[in-house]
Amino acid sequence: MLRLEIRPQPSKLMSLASPLLALAITTLLGIALFLLLGKDPLRGLQMFFWEPIKSAYGWSELGIKATPLVLIALGLAVCFRSNVWNIGAEGQFVVGALAGGWVAMQADASSGRSIVLWILLAGVAGGMAWAAITAWLRDRFNASEILVSLMLVYVADLLLGYLVYGPWKDPNGYNFPQSISFLAITKIPKLFDGWRVNIGVLIALGSVLACWALLFRTYAGFALQVGGLAPAAARYAGFSSRRSLWLALLLSGGMAGLAGALEAAGPLGQLTPYVPAGYGFAAIIVAFVGRLHPVGIIFSAILMSMFYIGGELAQSRLGLPKSITGVFQGLLLFTLLACDTLIHYRIRRARS
Amino acid sequence: MESIALLIAATLNAGTLLAIAALGLLINERSGIVNLGAEGMMLVAAIAGFATAVHTGSDWLGFAAGMGAGALLAAAFGVLVIWLNTNQYAAGLALSLFGGGFSAFVGISYTQAKLGPRPNFAVPGLADIPFIGPALFRQHPLVYGAIALALWLGWFLYRSRAGLVLRAVGESPESAHALGYPVRRIRLAAVMTGGALCGLAGAYVSVVYTPLWVEGMIAGKGWIALALTTFATWRPARVLLGAYLFGGVTMLQFHLQGQGVEIASQFLSMLPYLATIAVLVLISSNANFIRANMPASLGKPFFPGA
Repeated sequence: MLRLEIRPQPSKLMSLASPLLALAITTLLGIALFLLLGKDPLRGLQMFFWEPIKSAYGWSELGIKATPLVLIALGLAVCFRSNVWNIGAEGQFVVGALAGGWVAMQADASSGRSIVLWILLAGVAGGMAWAAITAWLRDRFNASEILVSLMLVYVADLLLGYLVYGPWKDPNGYNFPQSISFLAITKIPKLFDGWRVNIGVLIALGSVLACWALLFRTYAGFALQVGGLAPAAARYAGFSSRRSLWLALLLSGGMAGLAGALEAAGPLGQLTPYVPAGYGFAAIIVAFVGRLHPVGIIFSAILMSMFYIGGELAQSRLGLPKSITGVFQGLLLFTLLACDTLIHYRIRRARS
Repeated sequence: MESIALLIAATLNAGTLLAIAALGLLINERSGIVNLGAEGMMLVAAIAGFATAVHTGSDWLGFAAGMGAGALLAAAFGVLVIWLNTNQYAAGLALSLFGGGFSAFVGISYTQAKLGPRPNFAVPGLADIPFIGPALFRQHPLVYGAIALALWLGWFLYRSRAGLVLRAVGESPESAHALGYPVRRIRLAAVMTGGALCGLAGAYVSVVYTPLWVEGMIAGKGWIALALTTFATWRPARVLLGAYLFGGVTMLQFHLQGQGVEIASQFLSMLPYLATIAVLVLISSNANFIRANMPASLGKPFFPGA
């Protein structure tokens, strides 16, 4: 029989090896799934791990998907590190897209390029405001931030539905539930001609640096992490848990809102009921797989984007449902959590 | 009058699926474990139940399949959090995310499928009483099953030895362990029971309540059920009442839409979610009220011999 034994120190090596181990197990389960469905597993793996990265075009598409994931996951990492369970980033993303989209719709012939800045700022403000509801209800009434933030996802989706079916519907849109197409002047500037990837990638990379500095180089970041690891110690040190709660939620809400505005004024170019694409939930997985570390999040976001693109390719080329992406994403988090046990414990053969 | 009777009947019907799931989660949480995977378990159970009912033609086999699927997923979650000491919130979230993806994946070929004609139920004799009959006695058997379950659970938790042990495990696993109770196995049993009941509720949605399969059709009912256990401060009778209250809120939106109220349907659809937030705020603001019945070790890991 095997049994678990607590390690004297958490293993740094396992903390880095665990995501790789989880990826390996998920891949094996994926191969089993392909075989079960009667598909060539090699072709299947190719869709997920080779096709997305084999060309510059592929990397451009990866960048488009990874940008919102990185931005949202960075905010969530700050939240989870301070033991604030914001799982409603999807709603904050949608409200950010609504706020940014509203600014984009105001553009006219007299608008200058600076409107892009206002779109992004509006997105940040929208996401922050939506997260502030959760923070306020938690702070003032002690209502579970898990349930409140999640309920607000459904509310945000319905709000989007109301706007694109109602007041914001394009009058010349043949009655489709969609806003007007934003003017070209509002488009997020692209990095290269001919590819879809835009300056969102640079914003995401800048945010990685900023988040790293916040977490590991500032007093507020330190207080935040102590509050998450040892609430009693934080109280004794005089760190305000309320401050941490507000900081974590406003930051992650703002980041999710920024991602929403980038998406609305970037690849989408208008508001439709399909704004919520699940980035807010996938980013939870990205944050955990990236070890809640800003640099790790870059890699896990790229991996998760490969899952997205692989799923789309599996649909068009292998005739598999696109939702296979969700299966793999869920499996990855599941196996990661199982593998994480080895950070704190080691396996020993029990003496009988 | 007729429409009010139907509104009451619909409220009971909508409340039942929340009640079954929330009562399951209550058993789960009484053992000290929070399972945020309710939504995922209900989704997988919904497609498992629906597919089984389509192929076999039997609703009851569908329910059984839903319960099996729920219990199986809960077992995987249970092993993670009980034996491997994984963070309960993270593992539950993983289950919800996986359940959403997996159910969409396997359900894709069932989106056009239809179940046979839905049976009508009537309690002999009582169903023909004017007003009361159509309001209360023409329900699916599980509607009465949910009431029986709540009553039984009240007896089980507070009047039976096994219930006392379950509560002890949730209050102080160390003490229960010291007394020689197999804390981990009891917790696994509670988690799997919770999963089976969430599964039953999920299958009820796709086989009886809707009845069809659409991706993501649980639409937050699992999360509302989780909120219900807090709302009801972990008391079975209050769970039942709370579930009917939410069932009423859900039905109110359809009723108002039917009456031609001049509010956009999206705002009416927000009602159950806003009501959940409102109720959480009301209940949570009184910390003592919550703490009085909350299992003391809820959400805390237990590692025997540590």
